[in-house]
Formats: sequence, C-alpha cells, structure tokens
Amino acid sequence: MQIFLPIAEVSVNAFVLIGLGGIVGLMSGLFGVGGGFLITPLLFFIGIPPPIAVATGANQVVASSMSGLFAHLKRDAVDLRMGWVLLGGGVVGSFLGVGVFNLLQRLGQVDLVVQLSYVVFLGFIGLTMLRESVASLRASRRGTAKPRRRGRSWIDGLPWRVKFRKSGLYISVIPPFLVGLAVGVLAAIMGVGGGFIMVPAMIYLLGMPTRVVIGTSLFQIAAVSAFTTLMHAISSNTVDIMLAVLLIVGGVVGAQIGTQMGARLRAEQLRILLALLVLAVCFRLALELLLRPDDLYSLQ
Amino acid sequence: MVFARVACARVPARARVPAIAAVVALLLAALPLGLQSQTASPEPVRTQAEGSTEQVVAGLSQDAVSITTDFTGSEILIYGAVKRETAPPDGGPLGVIVTMQGPSQAVKVRKKERRFGIWMNTSSLVIGAAPDFYAVATSAPLGEMLLPAEDVQHRISIPLAVRALGQPVGVSDATDFTSAFLRLREANGRYRLDEGSVRLIEDTLFRADIALPAALVEGQYKASIFLTRNGHVISEYSAPVGVAKVGLERWLYRLAMERPFWYGLMSLGFAVGAGWAASAAFRLVQRK
Repeated sequence: MQIFLPIAEVSVNAFVLIGLGGIVGLMSGLFGVGGGFLITPLLFFIGIPPPIAVATGANQVVASSMSGLFAHLKRDAVDLRMGWVLLGGGVVGSFLGVGVFNLLQRLGQVDLVVQLSYVVFLGFIGLTMLRESVASLRASRRGTAKPRRRGRSWIDGLPWRVKFRKSGLYISVIPPFLVGLAVGVLAAIMGVGGGFIMVPAMIYLLGMPTRVVIGTSLFQIAAVSAFTTLMHAISSNTVDIMLAVLLIVGGVVGAQIGTQMGARLRAEQLRILLALLVLAVCFRLALELLLRPDDLYSLQ
Repeated sequence: MVFARVACARVPARARVPAIAAVVALLLAALPLGLQSQTASPEPVRTQAEGSTEQVVAGLSQDAVSITTDFTGSEILIYGAVKRETAPPDGGPLGVIVTMQGPSQAVKVRKKERRFGIWMNTSSLVIGAAPDFYAVATSAPLGEMLLPAEDVQHRISIPLAVRALGQPVGVSDATDFTSAFLRLREANGRYRLDEGSVRLIEDTLFRADIALPAALVEGQYKASIFLTRNGHVISEYSAPVGVAKVGLERWLYRLAMERPFWYGLMSLGFAVGAGWAASAAFRLVQRK
C-alpha cells in the first residue's frame, strides 16, 4: 500500500515503514537504546531526505522509548533520581551540540564529521563491550565470577553526594551530570537519542547495575528526543507526522516484544548482542567511507 | 469541433468517419477529468511562426493534479490537432513535440574525492534553478525533427531546458558537474525523453500521455506542444497545470509550516500516547 508523505513529498510503501519501525522498536525494548542510530540510516536508504529522516527518527524514538519505559516502570527498573540528573546534563549538552553542529555546517563538512564520529564511537564502544561481556560470561560459566567491585577513586572524592537507592549507589551528582552532558552533545551532532553511548557509560563509568540501566536510559532518551523533535518541528519544519505514525505503529509493538525477550536473557548475553549490533553498524558506515562510491557525484 | 471540420478537408472520404470518431472519443474521454479543475491559473499561450499555415489546437485531460494520501503518480493526456486554412505544405514530415516542465529549484551537485584514504565531498556546484521535473515526448527521433539552432531558441531538449533556467558559475569543470546532474536526474526518472511516444494520425491528430512521478513537487507546471516541419518550429502552444496537495495532506502541510509548535506537540502527543497504549495492551494480553 503506497502512501504519500506530506512533508517528505515522496510516496513509500506503508508496510515497509511499519516493518522498519518494528525492527527498531525491538532493539529499543531489548537493549534500552532509542534506535536512532539504526532508523536514520534506514530511512536514508528508502529515499527519505536526510533532514526529514533525522527529525522524524527522533519522533519515532520518543514513542518506542516511551513504550519501553512504561514496561520498565511496571517492573520497577527505573532509577528516576538518576534519570533526572542525566536529563539535566543532556539538555545542557544538546544546546552545546546544536551550536557545534551549526559551526560544522558553515564549514561544509558536517556529513563527514557525523560519519566519522559514528565509526569511531560505535567501534570503540562495540569492541570494549564485546571484550568485557565475553570475559564475564566465561568467568561466570567457570563459576569464578567476581562481584563487580568499585574501588575508591577520584569519583568518590567529589562533593554533592546523593543516594541513588535503585542503583545502590551513593555518589556525587557531578559524574552522571557530565555523562548526560557528553551524550547530549554527541546526540545533537549525530542526530540520535544516544542510548548506545549512555548504556555502556552507565554500566562502566557510573557502575550502575544492568537491571536499572535500561529503564533509566529509556527515561533520559524519551525526554531528550521529545525536546529534539519539538526543536526540529519549530526551527526547520522537518518532522513528517505521517511517516512518524507508520514508524510508531510498528515501533511500539516491537518495543514490547523486545522488553519481554530482554527479561528472559542474561545480562552478559544482552551486552554481547548489543556489542555485535553496534559493530555491524560501525562496519557498514566505515565501508561507505573507505570504498570508492558508485557515483562520485551526488545531488542535494 | 472547429478542428475536426478543418481536419476533414484533406482526409479521404473513406477515412472521414474513423477520424471524426477518434476526435469525439478523445474529447469524451477528456471531459470528466477536465471538469474536476477549477483552479484559477494563467491562460494558455499560443505562438505562431511567420508564414506558417499550420496551427496547433490542443487540450489537456486535466489542468490540475491533486496530491492525495494514496497518490502514486498521475498521467496527463495531452491531445490535439493541426488546424489548416489551406492544403498541407510540401516538404519534410510534420513533427509533434510535447513537453512537461515542473517548477524550478536550486540544486547543489557535490563531488567526492579520496583524501587521507577516505571518500569525502571536496567540491560542489550550485545550479541556480533547475526544473524539478522535465519530460519530452516526440513523434519521431528528436534529432530528425529539430535543428540545433531551433532547439537553442525554444529550449526543448533536456540539457537546453535545464540550462535555460540557471547558468552554473564558479568551478572550472562545470560541464562535468552539469552532465553528472543530468545523468542522475535521468536515472531517477525526473528528466525523461520518450522519442516516438507521441501518436500522430494522418498528420493531423495527435495524443501524448505524460506520466508524472509519485514524488511530485507542488507548484505550477507547464505543458507545451511544438509543431515542426523541416527542423523548424512552426507553431507552439503551452498551458499551465497546477499541482497541489489536497485534503489531509494539505492540512498537515499547512499546520507544519504555519503552526509548527502545535504540530510538534501533536507529533509528540501521538508518540507518547502510542507508547503508553502499546505498553498497556501488552500488559492486558499477558494477564490473560
């Protein structure tokens, strides 16, 4: 069934869009990522103009992360206090990121910087997670799993310590605020929710238990993407609601299925799967930069 | 029915009935579609070469295209006849060229080069104004019907029609960029040359079907018909075709452009509502 999109001004198959939304929603529920780093390239691929793909992708991320968030709230797996601190950092960061993005646009190399930062960040995070989670899976198989240990470091010396009860942490608000800020900057430049950076940062930098990481990350992603969607709608009129509705219908269902699947998998297995997914996207983007393109010329 | 009478003047008696029938059929087919359009738009324009006794009389199946939610492209039938006061002149065969041109926009053509092992955009060229859509249909190979000088004057072939609107400036190898631009636009069907697709009957009646793609830009389109003899354009006719979104498409588009804050809130509201609804629905299913 073909449908004409009023803002994108292209005609696309409605079932393809629902299917795309479903796949990305599944990832969202399973891993706690918004899926922006998947939906945006996929929309380019089916012929949606890039600015509309980025803005509408953000709108879709709101729905799928909301759907996942409600499910996680029911399971009491969201650290709301941590979420608000991360969100505060995220809003400041996205303001800074938009400024950097506009500067790059004036210099005329924004596409390249976006692609390069995808390759670098996804490659680094994917490899680190894969190595760590394979090692911990092996250790737990041998029955020699060591409890996660957090030694006293400079982080414990910082002021404004707050009890994050759900995470079982008593740490300063500065590290989570900075994590939120860094993710906000990257999210604005790369046009994504930032879950794929947020999740590993919460696990490895803040030492949060994997159980609450996904729900808390979804809380932050839903709020930041809602803010981004509204900004895009107001400043560049690039949100296509017809496209968003189709992606969302598939996305919310996928997110529920993903959450159910996630509850049955081990934390290490989840991390290995996410690492492999991140590396696959990284590899595809790297190929695009390294191989000679089919056509040296392109239209804009 | 003026042209039918004139047309019959030179058609042998035996062929008269089918010729009249064809004209009537064409007009009847065009009627219901023609009635749909009420948009006020510029009047058709006709120009005539000096000394030419043949004149083009034409009509369009529709002078407005509505983009609805299920829009997947449209086909416009352009039909007409050659009106003559005297017997047809001697000389080369009669040719009919039909063109359809969309509104123009600036387009940036970018070129990639390898730097530090990475393929990146290194140079670009802005084509000031290029039509978003341009189709040419002819009754014979274009090169046989039209002299290059006439093409330059009337800007009929694709490269000339595009260049007519915006002269690229700057970059030294501008021709590489413009030819790449034409190649890319022809590859995605935005620019089309269909030689021999205009049906010409008895050197008098003609019809052409111009297919408009699904990814259509709103605006004023122009349908033109050129009559040629011996490579010269002897008569020209052009009529506007308005392309506009209607119904839900139009409402959403207007809202997005004129009330972006409320449009953004509406999009968010749907996203949050759908997220909650899916979560609630799955909980219900699980409980059973």
